[in-house]
Amino acid sequence: MTAQHTDPLVRFVDVQKTYDGEHLVVKKLNLDVEKGEFLTLLGPSGSGKSTCLMMLAGFETPTHGDILLQGQAINNVPPHKRDIGVVFQNYALFPHMTVAENVAFPLTVRKVNQTDAKQQAIRALEMVQLGEFADRRPGQLSGGQQQRVALARSLVFEPQLVLMDEPLGALDKKLREQMQIEIKHIHENLGVTMVFVTHDQDEALTMSDRVAVFNDGIIQQIAPPAELYEKPANSFVANFIGETNMLFGEITQTQGAECDVMLSNGTSIKSQNIAGASVGAKTGVSIRPERVQLSDTMPDAANAFEATVVETIYHGNHVRVALDVVGQTDFRAMVRSGNIHADLNPGHKLYVGFSQNDCRALDPMAT
Amino acid sequence: MDTVSENQSAQADALAQQGDDIPLKVKLKRAERMKQFKAMALIAPLFLFTLCVFAIPIGLMLWRSIDNPEVVDYMPDTAIELENWSGEGLPGATLTNVFAKDLAAVYKMKKVSSVGKRLNYDVSGMRSLISRTARKFNRHLPENATIDDFIKADSRWEDQRYWKALKRASGSLTPFYLLTAFDKQINDQDQIVDVPENQAIYVNIFWRTMWIAGVVTLATVLIAFPIAYLLANASSKVSNLLMFCVLLPFWTSLLVRTSAWVVLLQKNGVINSSLEALGLINEPITLLFARPAVYIGFLHLLLPFVILPLFSVMKSISPAYMRAAVSLGAHPAVAFVRVYLPQTLPGIGAGGILAFILAIGYYITPALIGGPQDQMLSYFIAHHANSSLNWGLASALGLVLLAATLVLFTIYNRLTGASGVKMG
Repeated sequence: MTAQHTDPLVRFVDVQKTYDGEHLVVKKLNLDVEKGEFLTLLGPSGSGKSTCLMMLAGFETPTHGDILLQGQAINNVPPHKRDIGVVFQNYALFPHMTVAENVAFPLTVRKVNQTDAKQQAIRALEMVQLGEFADRRPGQLSGGQQQRVALARSLVFEPQLVLMDEPLGALDKKLREQMQIEIKHIHENLGVTMVFVTHDQDEALTMSDRVAVFNDGIIQQIAPPAELYEKPANSFVANFIGETNMLFGEITQTQGAECDVMLSNGTSIKSQNIAGASVGAKTGVSIRPERVQLSDTMPDAANAFEATVVETIYHGNHVRVALDVVGQTDFRAMVRSGNIHADLNPGHKLYVGFSQNDCRALDPMAT
Repeated sequence: MDTVSENQSAQADALAQQGDDIPLKVKLKRAERMKQFKAMALIAPLFLFTLCVFAIPIGLMLWRSIDNPEVVDYMPDTAIELENWSGEGLPGATLTNVFAKDLAAVYKMKKVSSVGKRLNYDVSGMRSLISRTARKFNRHLPENATIDDFIKADSRWEDQRYWKALKRASGSLTPFYLLTAFDKQINDQDQIVDVPENQAIYVNIFWRTMWIAGVVTLATVLIAFPIAYLLANASSKVSNLLMFCVLLPFWTSLLVRTSAWVVLLQKNGVINSSLEALGLINEPITLLFARPAVYIGFLHLLLPFVILPLFSVMKSISPAYMRAAVSLGAHPAVAFVRVYLPQTLPGIGAGGILAFILAIGYYITPALIGGPQDQMLSYFIAHHANSSLNWGLASALGLVLLAATLVLFTIYNRLTGASGVKMG
């Protein structure tokens, strides 16, 4: 999992964390953050991702293991000496200071003289298009503007690493998407290393160079966004990132990286054997809804079945269809609006087809 | 979209015009009237109660600081003649004649003592002068009494200052009590001058009151701050217990608490014997009936009043601010001073001003455990209201206290803005 080429900026070595001495919030974390990359820690709440970020920022101490920053263990370095910028969930702008004073704060505590600090703060504010708001109080700004100020404040002292703890959670959808792009551009322009925590998979996929999916205190998979989506390593990732159909069954035959899976209703499916399981093992086969073809004639695919439409939901640019097929009554397919070649009215019979490449036999998820 | 909304607004206008010619604002007012009426009805009981038991009594009490009814009410004719008298030399026959008749009448009404008492505030000895003269004139009222008749009744009437005092007391309003509260008086040349040094006490006591209240406020805020911080940041289990301890004094009678200090602080009390046993002192130190006792008693009394507003302000300060400051490179101590402390200022201000206002008006604590040199303005107000029955002076001193409070409050408001006082 860890690439050993250049020296990573941050390295977590066998890190464990427990708050109560009974349950491990972070079980055994080995993670490298490369210089200049945008790494997202993605996971449901309670998965340990925020704890990792807080250990890196210095607000929590690892119960076991080491965190290395540029090869130096920083377990005992207090947070104010780490030179790591942090953007908090609710921005934590100081309400009694003006916007400019907020942004200049990291400079003034570093004994930069007043005029230089002011100039740098204004420059940082201009970078986030808020130059004219310098003399306002944070309370007079909108959520999006406060977010930008927080960003400027965490970047103004040119830290080597910037951490962001669900910084866009409080914004509405449109603003959030705009800020995602903006943060990404800032990352590209400054070349600073960013570690971003979120539970929003869209955010993770849009912004990151790599995404680490957390669950249950363990990294489930760490990969670039496209790989994560197209090639989920296990059923948790397949389910958590995007939408998927899980078909549960038993492996009846293996051949290299491929296998046949017998579903509970007796249907056999040709699939990729991702988990590398042997004959007789239980498995869950993941198929993305947009990889399912619908047609009125039997398609020419490795897996083709007759199906009945249960429900059709119109989403503008695409249509979601729930089908009764292969023993499932809620097998989902997604068709682009301009690409419908079948009658999708409920009760209608049609054919579904999906290729062997798009079927991924993973671990049988415990549900 | 635009045309649709334009159509709609045009329709709305048309409807409004068809319905009636009443402007929209008037209609809104009518619609809101019921709501306003309800709101007023809800406030009314408290408003009336406050008016009856607070505003009116305080107003009446303060009125007494300038009210001067004795001479005007009981000797109305004399009052008029005193107005006309120039105040030069001894008075003429008209005045003395009227005054003599009034004195006899007042004697019959049995009001000599209240007139005499009032005049005695100004010139001591005048009570006996008035009552003696009134008694004599009651027995035998001379026809057209002249100054000679008065001098015959009591030779002191030869002295002009008694007549001047009488004239000063003849108006229905008087600055006398207020001047006394500032250790000033009007002399026989009608100038405002300082009272003789041996009588000047109130200005001194005013500053003593301010000093004690100031010291106590400062000490209380210093002690309350860490407690409030702990309360706001500890786990809920710990903070609940602490809050219980903070509120505990409220469940005990103030008198009991103050008396308990008598037991603790006295010469052979717990504190002195402990200090002696520890070898810190050789002989008992004077705590009780002295300034230390007053400070300690006040501190104990006022702590909850400062802790609670501080706590509520601190509770609303997110720990993220400190984390953010530290992550931005500030040493925790710097972060505390530059980020945390400024945000607690509304709480410090609210708690401090509350403590100060309570302290300058508090009476029981210094009265019970302080010495004669530790009595504050409120003690003298109580003394004049209850013992000496000089209500005018009591009111004037009360007015001084009230004015001091208002001045402080105004300054505080200016410094912090109207939003500064936040109790919640």
